[in-house]
Amino acid sequence: MITLEHYLLVSAALFSLGIFGVLTRKNAINVLMGIELILNSANINLVAFSRYSSADIDGQIFAILVIVVAAAEVAVALALVLNMYRLLKSVNLDQADTLKR
Amino acid sequence: MTTADIVFVVVALITVGSAAVVVLSSSLIYSAFSLLFTFFGVAIIYVFLGADFLAATQVLIYVGGILVLVLFGVMLTHRLYNLNLKTETIQVIPGMLISLAVFVSLALAATQTRWHVVSSKPRAPTTETIGTLFMTTYLLPFEVASVLLLVALIGAAMLVRRRTDL
Repeated sequence: MITLEHYLLVSAALFSLGIFGVLTRKNAINVLMGIELILNSANINLVAFSRYSSADIDGQIFAILVIVVAAAEVAVALALVLNMYRLLKSVNLDQADTLKR
Repeated sequence: MTTADIVFVVVALITVGSAAVVVLSSSLIYSAFSLLFTFFGVAIIYVFLGADFLAATQVLIYVGGILVLVLFGVMLTHRLYNLNLKTETIQVIPGMLISLAVFVSLALAATQTRWHVVSSKPRAPTTETIGTLFMTTYLLPFEVASVLLLVALIGAAMLVRRRTDL
């Protein structure tokens, strides 16, 4: 029997893996992948709560809006990454320290 | 255990396992391709939750759009003829501690809370309801989201064009 807790556990695992990716990777594109994992885990939570609560499917509406924001975010972030590569010839985040120098 | 339970366990293991490959693999190409399996696994989890429209949206936008965009990013910012695109890591031990703490606290919150659960909801097609809700109750978020997409489109095109004519 699959219960709400199982979905929450899967989503918690995805979320912490995403946090790990964001915190430990130097490559900007890998950090983006971690952010995508985090957004997906949040979406699983939203849909699971909307299924197991007495409310209507409002959670799914919220999840669709999250997907829209994720698409916009990834487009702008990749444009920034491409500019960073053009400027620094590298996408390592620890080399993007022009403001410090 | 019924068949559905076994399928759910397999799907959950594939999703979490490929997500682990995404963040642990040192090869950027491996990360990008295991992200594909994670997105598909999340889509199947949506099917388990009775969200058919959302599952289709997940496949269309994440697999068809965002993943392709990420692969474009990989290929435009690296020389692909040396296929060992190694990526470096920093702060592995603190990152591991923090993410482990996040996982433990989230798992405790998920399992220790007594959720008020409505169990027997019928599985109905959701597309019509979602469309109606977007045109009535959630009209303002719908319009704001479309404006946001337009702004992101213009912004991304503006950011990547050559700066010779400025």
